[in-house]
Formats: sequence, C-alpha cells, structure tokens
Amino acid sequence: MIKVTNLHKSFGKVKAVRGISFEVRDGEITGLLGPNGAGKTTTLRMLYSLLPPDEGEIRIDGLDPTRDAMAIKNTLGVVPDSRGLYTRMSARENIAYFGELHGMTSRDISSRIEELVKTLDMEDFIERRTEGFSQGQRVKVAIARAMVHRPQTVLLDEPSNGLDVMSTRALRRYILGLKNAGHSVILSTHIMQEVAALCDRIIIIANGQIAADGSAGELLEKSGCETLEDAFVRLIGSEEGLLA
Amino acid sequence: MNGLGTVYRKEVRENLRDRRSLFNSVLLGPILFPVLFIGLAYFASSKQQESAEKVLEVPVAGAEYAPNLVGFLEQQGVIIQSAPQDPEAAVKSQDVQVIIRIPEAFAEQWKAGKPAVVEVIADPSRRESSIPMQRVEGLLHAYGAQIGQLRLQLRGVSPTLRSPIMVKEVDLSTPQSRGMLVMIMLPYVLMITAFTGGMHLAIDSTAGEKERKSLEPLLINPVPRWQIMLGKMCATATYAFASLSLTLLAFRFAFPLLPTGALGVDLNLSAKAVGGILLAVAPVVVLAAAMLTTLAALAKSLREAQSYMGLVFMIPMIPSLIFMVNPMKPETWMMAIPMFSQNLLIGEFVRGETVSLLWLALSMGSTLLIGIGFAAVAATLFNRPSIVFSN
Repeated sequence: MIKVTNLHKSFGKVKAVRGISFEVRDGEITGLLGPNGAGKTTTLRMLYSLLPPDEGEIRIDGLDPTRDAMAIKNTLGVVPDSRGLYTRMSARENIAYFGELHGMTSRDISSRIEELVKTLDMEDFIERRTEGFSQGQRVKVAIARAMVHRPQTVLLDEPSNGLDVMSTRALRRYILGLKNAGHSVILSTHIMQEVAALCDRIIIIANGQIAADGSAGELLEKSGCETLEDAFVRLIGSEEGLLA
Repeated sequence: MNGLGTVYRKEVRENLRDRRSLFNSVLLGPILFPVLFIGLAYFASSKQQESAEKVLEVPVAGAEYAPNLVGFLEQQGVIIQSAPQDPEAAVKSQDVQVIIRIPEAFAEQWKAGKPAVVEVIADPSRRESSIPMQRVEGLLHAYGAQIGQLRLQLRGVSPTLRSPIMVKEVDLSTPQSRGMLVMIMLPYVLMITAFTGGMHLAIDSTAGEKERKSLEPLLINPVPRWQIMLGKMCATATYAFASLSLTLLAFRFAFPLLPTGALGVDLNLSAKAVGGILLAVAPVVVLAAAMLTTLAALAKSLREAQSYMGLVFMIPMIPSLIFMVNPMKPETWMMAIPMFSQNLLIGEFVRGETVSLLWLALSMGSTLLIGIGFAAVAATLFNRPSIVFSN
C-alpha cells in the first residue's frame, strides 16, 4: 500500500514533479504512463528514497522514505532505470551480493537464487560473467537481484526498455505472476501496450502532473474515446514521447 | 556494519579479477620501481668507474713553455694532445672536456719563484666533464706540491713546516647511512606506491560504478551510504597496503644486488626496518585511500576522475622534493606533518636508527586524523543525491 500526497521536486529551475498524488493498492499492478521526461523516474526515485521530495508526503505501508529509509528499502524491490551489472562477476555473484547487502544468510541466498533461476529462466547463464550479456539477460539479472530479499512491493522503471519481443513477453508473464502471488507492483513505462496488457490501474503523468488516474474502463469513459490508445493521447494532450 | 564488510569483500574480490587493477598494485610498485632502481644504480656506477679509470687524454696549449710539467703529466699516464686553435670554443662545443693552457709568462714566473699560472679550461656545469677536470687539477696540484717540497729542501727547510695543521676526519657515517641515493629515492617511491596501489580500485569502484550505472541499484540496498563508502575505501587501502608491502619486500631483496662496492655503501633493509617502515607508512595508505575516494566521488565520470589522479601524484612528491633540495635534521614538530614526517622516518629506519615512540605516534596520529577528515568528506559526498547522476 503506497500513498503519495502532493509531491514536488525541482532540479534547479526545472520542475520535474509538480504536485503528484496517488494511491497504489496491494495485489494490483499500477502503471505510471507518460512520455519521456514526464517525471516518472523522479517520482519513483523519491519512493525508493534515493531523492528527498521538496514538498509532499510519501507513505509505503505506513513508513516514510525520508525517515525510515532502511526499513523501506527492506520492503521494496526496485529495478531502477540504471541497470548496471558488475561485469567481472557472474550473474549468481551479482544476485548474491545484493542478498548479502540485505543481510540474508548464504544458505537463504542460494535457495532463493534457485527459485529465481527457475521463474526467470536463467539456467543457461547464471554461472557466467555478465560481460557481454544480452539486454534480456541483463534485465533478468536486474530483476532477480531486486527480488532476492522477497520484497512485498515491487517498483519497475521502464523494465522493457531495449528488450526483444520474446524477452518482453517473458517479462510480462513474470510481472503478472508477481501480482498473482499478492505483490503490489508499480510499473513505469512510456509504452501504451504495456499498460493496456498488464495494469489494473493506470496513472497518466505529463509535465510532472497527473493527467488522469483510473482503470482502463474509467479512462475510456473519461476521455470519450473508443480505444485506450486514443484515450492516452487525448488525456496527455500530445503523442510526443509515447510508444504504441 | 555487515554492509561494510560485504561491500569490502566484493570490491577486493572483484578487483582481483581486473587486470588493470592488478597491474597498478602489483606490477608498478613492486616490480617496476626496484628494477628501475637497480638499473640506474648499475648505469651510474659503471659510468663513474669508466671516467675515473679511463686513460686521460688532454690537449695542452703552450706545452713548449713548460716541458717539465708536460713530462710529469706524461709520466702519470696522461696522453698529451695538441690543442685546438680556440680552446674556449672547443670546450664550449663539447669537442673536448678539458684543456690545459700554459701562458707564455709561465717560464718567467717560474724562474722568479712566483706562482706560475696554468689554466684549466672546462665547463663544470656539464656533469660528464667534472671527473676529468678533477683528475687534471689533482695532477697539477701534485706536481706543484712536489716542486714546492724540493724547493724547500734545497734551502734546507723541512717541508713539514709548511703544514702547520693536519686535518683528520673521524667518519661516523655507517655504510648504511651512506646510501644517499636510496635515502632520497626510497621514501618517494614508497609514498607514490601508497597512492598508486589503490588508485585504480578507488576510481573504478566509485566513478566507474557511477558511469556503468550500477551505483544507483547498489544504493537502493538497506545499507547506510557511509558504510558503502567506507567498504570501498577499505578495499582501496588494502590494495595500497599490499602494494606497499610488496614494494618494500622487493627492495629488501633488490638491495643486495646493487653495485654497492663501487658506491662505497652497504645497503640492506633489515626485517626490523621493513616492519618499522610499514608501520610508519600505513597511515599514509589510509590518507591516500580517503583522498582518492573523495576525488573519485567528486568526479562525474571515469575520465574526470583519471584526470584528477595526475594531481594526486604531485602530493607525495612535494615533501620528498623539499627534503631533496633542503635536507633537514628531523625535529619533533616535523612529525606532525603528514607525508613529510614519513619521509624523515623512513630515512631514520633505513639508517638503522632507533626511532622514538613519540615521533612515530605523532606522525601516525596526525596522518590518520587528516585521513579521517577526508573520509568524512567522502561520506558527505556519498550522501548527496547527485552522487548517482553522471551528468
């Protein structure tokens, strides 16, 4: 359960986020849809306490990221925009490193990695050094290391960036699996199909503000459009920066 | 503190797999420096020997005015050559190193019992001509002394009368303390190693991690940032210390290979000296690691971080250079100056002196204090949100 009220964040003169409020319910996939530069990444960074908000309040399961950063980091699984891996370490070592940083025992880490290898289909490359991994393999490792400590809430920042069709389909299956297992998921994306295919609720962000918020049906009703695609374009006010 | 240990272990292990990192810590200090050192010493001593033992060939202008002097020189094994037209120009253009010119007035002055002028034309600012010049002057003085003695004896005066004082040197320098080249170079090399040994790791684990976009995911873990920073810093210090120890050991085994006989020095690093030097320089490793981590955290990219490192080379050089041009007697207050104090202490250890505990404590304490100061700065830098943004 995430509750965000009136969030503001500026970088110098640039106002990246200007008064965003929304709620994310457990057991749902919530999509943050918006063109590049709309403020999605900045909002997520404030959620996982990388950036302090200039104004406004965030509660994740009742915790405040500005004060309870360590506790929040334990409940969150984050696949951020930057997904750099350690190329001189194997996929397994990359994942285990994050498990250790979460204070997990080595036995717990290895049994958890076995689970993740199965669900994310990583048998072929789990022991290989990540140098030269494909985008799809990299995203899988990034997801596995974010999920190693079994977080309740999962934040995914543009996870399908640069993935081919097969990897994208596998990723979507995995995200739906998270929802079915009772996790709450926030998915930020600028790809309209992705939100249409996955999300229970859609929050449309443009210019650092919320343009619309609701289920797919509600958004269609609100915009008076026939298809979701038209509805997004109408609600954002432009097609710029979106992908079908 | 578990997070600190985890970060530390990962950085140490990951960098063991990095060839550039190993090159910096293992190859540069422990192998390159001693080899360079021995090579230079051999070159210098063979050069010195060569010019001291070589047959001296000297052009003499006006040889006809002093045939006896020229005869003496020939007796001493000097090969007399005919002088060029313009002796000064010949020396200036480096065609010859030394020329003796005997003026026409020589015979006249000689007969009158006045000091007869003999000119030695040379350019002592050219290092290679200083030895032939000294040899020529030595021979001329010997001739003068011989003639002077004969003149006194002819007049029935004991020659010892003209030496009312005899200076006798009581040399207290030990063979160790005479290793001047080493005394100057060793502290410098060790200071540089304390910085270069961990340099690659410091840059790679901070600016490099930022550039490869793995810093943001790392900081999302529930570990306070100062622990992450300190883990990286400790890994840097470990590499630097390993490099320093290897370098010191390499020198211990390299010194007996030096052509010390020719230099009149006996160099060896006793196990006690090695231990003492390691103890004295260990705080520099901490200071270096903290400085490097601070600089690397300030840099927005690897490239920027690498350009800062050029400056870092200057830092350990400054105290060594000051000491090189202006050798000083170690005093207690000097021990409070980081890097300078280690220069002095290394010198004391190499000379085999007993170093006072106060000096050691003062040097280690002041250096550590500044190191902790830099570590605090680095921790503040890691706490800025902008640490993850590379542009």
